[in-house]
Amino acid sequence: MFDTLKSRIFQGNQFIKDIENAPMREQFRGLPVLKDSNCDGCKKCLDICPTGALSLNPLMIDMGKCTFCGACKNVCNKNAVNFSNFYKLASTSRSALMIDERATKELFEKTAIEVKKEIVSMFSRSLKLRQVSAGGCNGCEMELNACSNVNFDMGRFGIDFVASPRHADGIVITGPVTKNMAYALEDCYNATPNPKIVILCGACAISGGIFQKSDEINREFFEKYPVDLYIPGCPVHPLTFINGILGYIRGRK
Amino acid sequence: MNWIKIKNNTKISLLDIPILDISDLRIEIISLCSALTQGGSDNSSVLAGYKMRPVGFFGKDWGRGDTRLFVVLADDRTGEFYVSSAIFKAGIREYESITKEIPAFHMFEREFYEEFNIRPKNHPWLKPVRKSLDDYKFFEMEGEEIHQVAVGPIHAGVIEPGHFRFMCNGETVYHLEIALGYQHKGVEDMMVKCPSNQLAESICGDSVIAYNLAYSKVMETIKGISVSYKAKLIRNLALEMERAAVHIGDLGAIAGDIAYLMGASVFGATRTLVINTMLEFSGSRFGRGLITLGGVNFDIDETKIERAKKTFEKVEKDVRRMVKTMLKNSSVVSRLEKTGTVSAERAAEIGLVGMAARASGLNIDSRFNFPDSQMKETGLERVHLKGTGDVNARFKLRYKEILQSFSIIRKIFGKFKEYSHEPVNCGYEVLNKENAKDVFAISVVEGWRGEIIHIAMTDNEGRLTRYKIKDPSFNNWYGLALAVRNNGVSDFPLCNKSFNLSYCGCDL
Repeated sequence: MFDTLKSRIFQGNQFIKDIENAPMREQFRGLPVLKDSNCDGCKKCLDICPTGALSLNPLMIDMGKCTFCGACKNVCNKNAVNFSNFYKLASTSRSALMIDERATKELFEKTAIEVKKEIVSMFSRSLKLRQVSAGGCNGCEMELNACSNVNFDMGRFGIDFVASPRHADGIVITGPVTKNMAYALEDCYNATPNPKIVILCGACAISGGIFQKSDEINREFFEKYPVDLYIPGCPVHPLTFINGILGYIRGRK
Repeated sequence: MNWIKIKNNTKISLLDIPILDISDLRIEIISLCSALTQGGSDNSSVLAGYKMRPVGFFGKDWGRGDTRLFVVLADDRTGEFYVSSAIFKAGIREYESITKEIPAFHMFEREFYEEFNIRPKNHPWLKPVRKSLDDYKFFEMEGEEIHQVAVGPIHAGVIEPGHFRFMCNGETVYHLEIALGYQHKGVEDMMVKCPSNQLAESICGDSVIAYNLAYSKVMETIKGISVSYKAKLIRNLALEMERAAVHIGDLGAIAGDIAYLMGASVFGATRTLVINTMLEFSGSRFGRGLITLGGVNFDIDETKIERAKKTFEKVEKDVRRMVKTMLKNSSVVSRLEKTGTVSAERAAEIGLVGMAARASGLNIDSRFNFPDSQMKETGLERVHLKGTGDVNARFKLRYKEILQSFSIIRKIFGKFKEYSHEPVNCGYEVLNKENAKDVFAISVVEGWRGEIIHIAMTDNEGRLTRYKIKDPSFNNWYGLALAVRNNGVSDFPLCNKSFNLSYCGCDL
């Protein structure tokens, strides 16, 4: 008993108080910062990018494909590609994930998430999610588990992962959706009662990511059903995930 | 000569690999892998009297409808791999199964059958591995009180998909059958078509460093790239950090599964400190983007090392304190002890590897069995544990391995100064360096779960033609199935977490 209390006291308070303004280490690779004018069109970055996330003229990065590996930055001698440590990357539209020279933190934060009144009134105080790993590598899954740990403590905002789609307000999909999981994913979606939201978590879910060229994936699900929120990352950082959802269900202050 | 021997991180010419008749090869395999009549007191791999174990058994399209079967056996005592092969002519569609004699081959033969449709005759358990899951026929029991519990592919927690079928009598599990394949993404084919460090990292996202390291080492072997000493230090540092972080997380998960929430919280928070240090080193909490062909992408300077040293000191203290507190609690110990037991004999028979094997008393650790030069210099000793094979053993082994990892990390930190002038990589040009022609290369890395084996082959123009990956989970899933026998079905989560096997590493 005494030991348990001692362990508890040594730990102190672990939770991040202000999750919306939590500091992030500068090494983190978040929102890309591009300088098209620096680009001399050498195409080294195109060659090295494993997911084809970059395009030239003008220089753009598709965060829905980007694995944030930083190879393009390392290979560019003209300092045209950089990554900031800004971690609020979620967006309600796929096209907002296309980052070009004009994108800044402030602008992205303001425009990326389109707040809907009915979502805010329905889910702002409680959102229960069912997670489906459809070929995920366990990277995003581990980070989603970390969202519920004592540091990030997502439960305090009323956001939780539940065991059954029947209890859920929406599903979170990770992974590129393998052929073998396509049926189970659709089943899970149909088992979730309406109204429901669909959240794509990580580059694999959004675009197929590193696995987009694989013959063993089946992305028909996304042709049939609408997606409400895209959360880029590889894997998604817990702060990106929690802030993305908070932005969507609470709106901006 | 029936076998050619090869060391870790080396290559041989494909032309030097012997081709035997399949029936001769089968006899060879059985004689090398079966129990020795005497000896077996050696502490390395032969605890239960077994000599060698399979690490590779895979086919390759050999033109004109022929298939060439490659077999790789590991000799843990000498640190050598034995490689041989057999060719199946187009019309030949079956051979006599090896599994009957050596059960450790059961998954390998199933995989070979699924990929090349060459049937092992009299295989006792010839079921799908990754494909055609709809036809999967589960083992069934009948009786008045017998019932089935089906779980998955989508599980209750936030984990990867897989299907579990329990045959229960009341609450007691008589048999568990694990049907995987839901994660199959065709990784091996992709590795041939578009290999990259980023793809290697994404095969199994909880072993980012180990997979990327195995890939880098095998490709560096093929391309003939040498890596600076400092880069090797950083790689080994990252590997041990990954091991420590995941083990701490798993201690927390085990604590959570027995409803000891104090443990779950404390281990969860201490794990965060380790992976946040990884974020400082590499820009990613799991070390993505750190390792590249020819070295590493990020250098580590003195200030970062000092900060990391302090953090790890605290982490080690916290883990020690929490584990001691936890194991003093009798209600914790009563849940861990004698739950999910796999005996040493059984573990050797089915070919368990890595941490799960060590917890059962088999001392297989590729860091020591197939060491690289740096590992030898650290002068570390194996973790010794009286392997009882239950959840308790796996819990304690994790704890000991965490402490061992931190002691390796301290030694690595101590060495950085000497090598501070060295470059950490060879630039991006090495990515396009040509592959050696007609070679077979192998690399093994001890990830936190166990040995991760990458084998690559090239053709006469230096193109990759086959890339074979073996995750420790491929061997160990069956160990989990055995562990839950005669346990309550409610103890399954606990057994599962104590193994913490990979779905995508097995499904590829």
